[in-house]
Amino acid sequence: MKRLIACAAALAMLAAPGAWAQNFDDPEEFAKQREQLAMTPMGPEGMPWEQYLEDTMADTAQHAKEGPYTVCFSNAGVNNPWRVVGWNNMQAEVELHPEIAELVHVDAEGSDDKQIADISDLLAGGNCDILIVSPNTTAALTPAVERACEQLPVIVFDRGVNTDCPVTFIHPVGGYGFGIQGAEFVAENVEAGANVLMLRILPGVDVLETRYSAGRRIFEEAGINIAGAEFTDGDNAKTKSIVEDYIARGQIDAVWMDAGATAVAAIEAFEDSGLEVPVFVGEDQQDFLQKWQELGLTAIAPTYPTYQWRTPIIAAVRILEGEEVPGPEWVLPQPAITADNLDQYINEGMPPLHYAMCGCEEMPGYPERWGGR
Amino acid sequence: MSSETQDLNAVRARRRLPRINPIWFVLAALIVAIIVYNPNFVQPVGYMNFLKRAAPLAILAAGQIYVIVSGGFDLSVGSTITLTVIGSSMLLNNNPDATWWVILLMYAMGLAIGLTNGLVVSILKVPSLIATLGMMITLSGLALMWSGGAPRGYLPESFRYFGRANITDLPLINILPISLIVLAVVVCLLWWLMHRTNYGRLVHAVGDNPRAAVLAGVPLMRVRVSAFVISSLTAVTAGILLGGFAGVSTDVGRGFELQAITAAVLGGAQLLGGRGSVSATIAGALTLTAIFTLLNFVGLPQPVREVVQGLILISAVAYAMYRRRHAVH
Repeated sequence: MKRLIACAAALAMLAAPGAWAQNFDDPEEFAKQREQLAMTPMGPEGMPWEQYLEDTMADTAQHAKEGPYTVCFSNAGVNNPWRVVGWNNMQAEVELHPEIAELVHVDAEGSDDKQIADISDLLAGGNCDILIVSPNTTAALTPAVERACEQLPVIVFDRGVNTDCPVTFIHPVGGYGFGIQGAEFVAENVEAGANVLMLRILPGVDVLETRYSAGRRIFEEAGINIAGAEFTDGDNAKTKSIVEDYIARGQIDAVWMDAGATAVAAIEAFEDSGLEVPVFVGEDQQDFLQKWQELGLTAIAPTYPTYQWRTPIIAAVRILEGEEVPGPEWVLPQPAITADNLDQYINEGMPPLHYAMCGCEEMPGYPERWGGR
Repeated sequence: MSSETQDLNAVRARRRLPRINPIWFVLAALIVAIIVYNPNFVQPVGYMNFLKRAAPLAILAAGQIYVIVSGGFDLSVGSTITLTVIGSSMLLNNNPDATWWVILLMYAMGLAIGLTNGLVVSILKVPSLIATLGMMITLSGLALMWSGGAPRGYLPESFRYFGRANITDLPLINILPISLIVLAVVVCLLWWLMHRTNYGRLVHAVGDNPRAAVLAGVPLMRVRVSAFVISSLTAVTAGILLGGFAGVSTDVGRGFELQAITAAVLGGAQLLGGRGSVSATIAGALTLTAIFTLLNFVGLPQPVREVVQGLILISAVAYAMYRRRHAVH
């Protein structure tokens, strides 16, 4: 039976050669992000959404104009809880700026084609003073962003594009950084030779692939055995089933995840099997943080902070007022939640998948706007 | 079919050894393969976890078979599951006292969904594929509107009991998941209704030849609508179990409609109606879950896993079709 399945596997692999052309395991980028994690950010203390790690500024004098401003935003989608929190952040940020008369939001619903059409509609409308783009995918949106750059100042955030024409590209440290924070924590808390289970959402997404390759690199360096790397599709039931199956096969000393939405389901698999929950890497979702506190886990929550959704609005206003902004890349700090500061991020009134690193606690409409009470 | 040939078939059937649906052999082979990879599977915790995991799909498929046998499809069940989980979490909001009325309300919602599906198909004459596709889209839109795209509440332990809890310290089997008891009750009920009552015969008649059924005085509309209602109610049940098993997520039911139909087909159901059995459908659901579990254990890379999964599905159905063609002539 084993041989039969192995044969089928070999055949299938022959049939799909070279599926992975893109490089998600770049040692230079890995080293750069590892360095950035250790940097002390510049900018106002306690407001990480205005801070920056790289000290190069973009001159914006040519874009200065009189207010009030119309800010246009082409959004890749509001199709997952991370983006829901981020989009709420952005709308709240707009309310803090009386200079902004209107935020025009078009939602591409996760489609490259729609986003390309959205951008050309916004340009044709001619009402935008500045365009913010959160690209659905990097390569597909590059030409559309280049065309927009010819007409007005552009800000890109979250995922990037393959052009340096935008005034600035706003993003936190990145996927390698996320992978590094979690994996280093695991390496510090288990012995060499321990078994780690790596849970991933899905293959082929750049920000997730880099998290994984960084995690893998660190585990290999530390001599930690990767018991398996599984795709969960971000599905709670599937996650729990996979973890149960691994538990049935042998000892798991740590769980590393590339995103934390299904972390609680994975923890429950240990609980329901009557086992101690091992060293755990989640993310900053409320349900995970609360579970962590309740069970007193040895855990860490790297973040891909949703406060980055505030920054494009801040940047837009500064650019239109002719003030300089960090550019061509505005690299935001990317903190992790640890046992030391866990308490300050827990709020039981917030929904389970609220991302605690939202920087939104002082914003108008908190907590109701974010679904809290 | 004339009564003469029917008699002839009956005689032939009696002469042959009792035929076992081939899906049970496929299932047995998969179980053996799982045990090869994971000997712990023979322990109660191993197979009980497996059955617990299979329960929602098995229940859902046992409902779907009613619609399939009556000659339709129900694509709305996945969204019904999602809406059940999202709706329950929103209404409960971590308040365990509300568990019972929320569950009742969810069944009322399932009843309404099933009635609507059935009436749209029967009265407006919309093909069930389209009617339930529309319902699927509508319901997932409703779930999205209600939750705002991210889960807003938690499910208290009292609600999660059905999908998560186990009775422990039992003699012999050691643990018994509550969801397995739910599965057993639902399956017995649905098996009895399909194979031991007049209603079950009417469902078969409607799917086999609706015109003949009408001429024979079968209340076509009532039979069809009730099949959709049964399917929706099983979807609510599956939703309660899934929410209990793994908690709240906004896409919990995604893909379940096709899995349920696949399970029914694996169990030998005829896609245009008139033929299908509850027990073989359950075997189909267990087989599908066994395929997923086996591929987890084998540890193949994901893309290979999908290829293997697809091939196993096609071969199993092709084999079932082959057996059917060569069975009665």
